[in-house]
Amino acid sequence: MVWYTVKRLIQGIITVWFIATATFWAMHQVPGDPFIGEKAVSPEVEANLKARWGLDKPAYEQYAIFLVNMARGDFGISFTQESRSVNEIIQERFPVSAILGILAIVFAGLGGVLYGALTALYRNQWPDVIIILLVIIGISVPSFVFASVGQLVLVTINQILGFTLLPVAGWGDVAHMLVPALVLGLGTMAFLTRLMRSSMLEIVSADFIRTARSKGVPAAQVFSRHQLRNAVLPVITVLGPSVASITTGGFVVENIFGIPGLGQSFVLAVQQSDYGVIMGTTVFYGAFLVLMVIIVDLLYAWIDPRVRLE
Amino acid sequence: MSDIGTYSFKRAQVELDREELSRPSLSYWQDAWMRIRTNRRTLASLIVVVAMVVIAAVGPSIWRFEYDTQDLNQTSKPPWASRTMTVVEPYSPWLDRPEVTAWSSTSTPADIQVVGLPSIEYVRLTWLPVRSAVKYFVFRTIVDPEDGPLGLPLGTLVGASSNTYEDRIDLEARTYWYSVAATLTDGTTTATTTAIEVRAATTLAQAIESKWVEPDSDLQPGETLKTPWHPFGTDYLGRDMLARLMKGAQISLFIGIVAPLLFILLGVVYGSFAGFIGGKVDALLMRFADFVVALPFLLFMILFKLVFGIGAGESGILPMLVALVLLSWPAAARLVRGQILQIREEGYIDASRLLGTKTPRLILRHMIPNTMGVILVSFTFAVPSTIFTEAFLSFIGMGVEPPIPSWGSMCNDGRKTMETTPHELIFPAIFISITVLAFNILGDGLRDALDARMRSTE
Repeated sequence: MVWYTVKRLIQGIITVWFIATATFWAMHQVPGDPFIGEKAVSPEVEANLKARWGLDKPAYEQYAIFLVNMARGDFGISFTQESRSVNEIIQERFPVSAILGILAIVFAGLGGVLYGALTALYRNQWPDVIIILLVIIGISVPSFVFASVGQLVLVTINQILGFTLLPVAGWGDVAHMLVPALVLGLGTMAFLTRLMRSSMLEIVSADFIRTARSKGVPAAQVFSRHQLRNAVLPVITVLGPSVASITTGGFVVENIFGIPGLGQSFVLAVQQSDYGVIMGTTVFYGAFLVLMVIIVDLLYAWIDPRVRLE
Repeated sequence: MSDIGTYSFKRAQVELDREELSRPSLSYWQDAWMRIRTNRRTLASLIVVVAMVVIAAVGPSIWRFEYDTQDLNQTSKPPWASRTMTVVEPYSPWLDRPEVTAWSSTSTPADIQVVGLPSIEYVRLTWLPVRSAVKYFVFRTIVDPEDGPLGLPLGTLVGASSNTYEDRIDLEARTYWYSVAATLTDGTTTATTTAIEVRAATTLAQAIESKWVEPDSDLQPGETLKTPWHPFGTDYLGRDMLARLMKGAQISLFIGIVAPLLFILLGVVYGSFAGFIGGKVDALLMRFADFVVALPFLLFMILFKLVFGIGAGESGILPMLVALVLLSWPAAARLVRGQILQIREEGYIDASRLLGTKTPRLILRHMIPNTMGVILVSFTFAVPSTIFTEAFLSFIGMGVEPPIPSWGSMCNDGRKTMETTPHELIFPAIFISITVLAFNILGDGLRDALDARMRSTE
């Protein structure tokens, strides 16, 4: 297990290096430069600006500085927000995205396992049919439509009730988080439900289930101890990629609900061509996702010893 | 025991057809087609997909509206909006206002009358004023006020003899409740309310400009005309939604089908090469694929969009295609490599090699055709996810450039006005959902038909 952990961590570091390199070279190819704005700048001012941001140095030197900074955990500076470092922006905004994401993952995971187990338990009866129908909707409707419709429904509910049951937008307490997190988790929840269902149905016919039944283990216990626990395993493997899809889904959900998270600031940075924030955020997100995948893999290896042997 | 002669026995008939258990031999693709044909869900989704492609291909060229023709006199009209319009005179200021000929007998303004036709052009009111009034307030609301608030305060008129008001503020074709309130010398205020149905109206010049009538039309004020039919309504710039949805189908399906074709082709070449060569080269190539998978997908889609840049007048489709291909090939490469590694060990490959088949022919004739089923299935699943990606990017404004519509950017436009005119959001959302759903179900069906190992347990 220790060796496996070390191996995965080394792989992860190399992957993050690759992401940082790809980000740097991609940004370097972007046409135009960050100082072309509405106001024309004189050549002297432009030279000064370039010197300040280190853009006058040759590309490989910039790359070396960039890598050293990243390795020290310094993600650069914002080009449009005067005297703000990307680290500050990340520190301020990432916790918001993280809380939203964790809540969405919790919704998706719990919902997926619960509904998946239900559909398998009531196979081809009405709970199965209804949930499968909802899963189909969840998979085919984009998150921004869910978010918009969710907002519309909230407005209507608040109007009918005559008071604010749940706020329509903004950020603050738990009431602000519930609907955005649910919307964010819906797609993943649908996907996990489908996965859980097929994994439950596959395990029903496994030998150890038959053995347990023939030993006379009560049906409820077979279901909870043998079937459910084994069926959850594949769900855990896809949690890593799910973190990625929920993070990117956050871009839109944060924008629609006016949540001050990192996704919102990234979209803003793109619109303002704030190269510093774009680069820093991309590398940060990349490293974060790599870390998440490693954690899920380790978790999986810990739960299912068969993986470690490979 | 009696003698049993040979005549007692009959030769047993060999009933060939009873023993026959075989069916006519079917090729892989014939078998797959039979499975698809007998699966109603798959067949239905196939029909939807084909219909969507046909709509995208021929729709924009036969529909009478262009996707980018604006009609600013017909903005955000839902499909169920009334199409009848009354022709009115061009606006001119209200100079011949009625004189005060009578006074209200009570302390409230009485007998609110409409002068002329109440239309979205203007509503002109007159009433019997109150002798002891200091000033009047005019209110307007879209619900019957009864005892409730009188609504939007339109204006204040000073002087007891004020008896007219002209409303031209954002009028729509609907019923309004107008209230005239008088404040008396003793400070008390009392109001009278009346309901007025405001008609949709247009001047002849405007109707000609919007091409609702022929330029030589001789419609007289007071006559009505019908505005053209928009089956899905119009958007916030008065563009026909159906034309835009069909053009959007063209964009979304083009990206959704061409990008997966290209990146799966790249993946097949890369994966089959790696799988066939094997050894260290294979390990290296696959490690590189792992790196590309680890790139945060949407962030890099946005980065690449910035890298390729969009010049004036370009649609932004090409940069999106390139970015999609660069980032999405590894999944297909991994899949095909796994298949090739398995197929390499098959007996028929050895047999073919023994017969002297050269390597390229071996790959093209024996290996790739045997992975076609899996490739086709992954293509079908790649289409909806690419359509999703395109919609997502266009939604946050990083996709195709206006005025070219895509379903994602139409959703984003529609979202801004969803409380008043939800049809602008709902129609493109339905188009995305139905298409994605159809491709997903088709993918499930194809997987059941083409891939015996992946056949789902339903």
